[in-house]
Amino acid sequence: MSFTIATTIDEAVAALAAGARPIAGGSDLVVGARHGKVPLPDDMVAIDRIPELSTIDRAADETAIGAAVNHARLMTDPRIVEEFTAVADAAALVGSPATRNVGTIGGNVMNASPAMDTGAPLVVLGASAVLRSSAGERRLPVEELWAGPGATTATPDELCVALAVPNAAGRHGSAYVRLEYRRAMEIAVVGAAASVTLAADGTVAAARVALAAVAPTIIEVTGLGELLEGQTLNEATLDAVAEAASARSQPISDLRASDHYRRHTVGVMARRAVEAAGRRATGEQIAVPVNRALGIGAA
Amino acid sequence: MKPESIVPVTLRVNGIEYSLAVGQGRNLLGAIRNEVGLTGTKEGCDDCECGACMVLLDGQPVNSCSYLAVQAEGREITTVEGLAHGRDLSPIQAAILEAGGVQCGFCTPGMLMSATALLDRNPTPSREEIKVGLGGNLCRCTGYGRILDAVEQVVSIG
Repeated sequence: MSFTIATTIDEAVAALAAGARPIAGGSDLVVGARHGKVPLPDDMVAIDRIPELSTIDRAADETAIGAAVNHARLMTDPRIVEEFTAVADAAALVGSPATRNVGTIGGNVMNASPAMDTGAPLVVLGASAVLRSSAGERRLPVEELWAGPGATTATPDELCVALAVPNAAGRHGSAYVRLEYRRAMEIAVVGAAASVTLAADGTVAAARVALAAVAPTIIEVTGLGELLEGQTLNEATLDAVAEAASARSQPISDLRASDHYRRHTVGVMARRAVEAAGRRATGEQIAVPVNRALGIGAA
Repeated sequence: MKPESIVPVTLRVNGIEYSLAVGQGRNLLGAIRNEVGLTGTKEGCDDCECGACMVLLDGQPVNSCSYLAVQAEGREITTVEGLAHGRDLSPIQAAILEAGGVQCGFCTPGMLMSATALLDRNPTPSREEIKVGLGGNLCRCTGYGRILDAVEQVVSIG
């Protein structure tokens, strides 16, 4: 057994190659182990003190969000709030101030919970996970990363070092909303993210919607292009979004909601996400998180 | 199951360094209560839900039940025992007493730590911002109103 603290990506990657598992805040790993769900790994390498993992770097065409950037920073960083607003909406809903301090975007993505909050926003924003191993680096669209509840297609020696998100262009807005029963330490009953780009005439030029907690992984609502492109966002088109989202969902019943209830409410969330993203695309300021600004979820 | 390996760790708690040997999977809460011997920090749910175990790590609130002791190496840990200076209570400690924000008292250390962190990052929170700031702390004596009042009192005194 071993526990080491890495201060560079190379050190962390070498530890993974030798069989260690990474730990950042431990908010999933330690809680899971204390539940008896999965024991703590024998060999761990701490990755929370690697400066390169905590940067948000905006290049000409994309922004790299370091894997160890925590939720508290995601919800307040001006670049994230301005350009990748759905990610900020999601981060602001995670846990409590304490969990937002220790929980990271890389941890959220690699833990691969179907109910993760940052996942659907990353899908609609076209993000890729940047995975590093001693063999080199590869990029994977996030939707190809998730393989099922708690499972990814990353190999054990790969470290997620960043989420690369294309920079927003034109009249663009995004939003993430979720159904929740309480305001803190809550997990999405269902969630939906939307990304909307408007044409000069106010019609939809491009739109994407992704759903949380209604399938074994985060899923995208396909076929939205035909429904929305060239149309304005109105009651009829938003109804169509809701219908498409409900039809796409494959929810389970558990103690928090029945499959029937989830299928219905995920449509409502998708509709509200598209509505909020569309309003943001016009330049309207809706404060982060949308759930609070528009009174969605727990009262 | 392999025996857990014991790891040396230096924890700096309320300004004092403690050189300890802890199990690799030991949580920070256990190390603070049992190795360091400061029992003001409480174990409630032991599941990262209730906030009774809240401590500050480099000034930020952390659920110590669900944080590994070895990960706190070299960081500045503040527990409820670190808030007062001698017999002088910190402003939020004094306010929570005055406002009657303590009933059974079990959640109080965690509430104080979250409130301290909140007031450090935002000295003038609104009532809504106070609710968000204390969002990870549960009180089962139904004392939320007076706890929120106590934080507001500190804000109004400035």
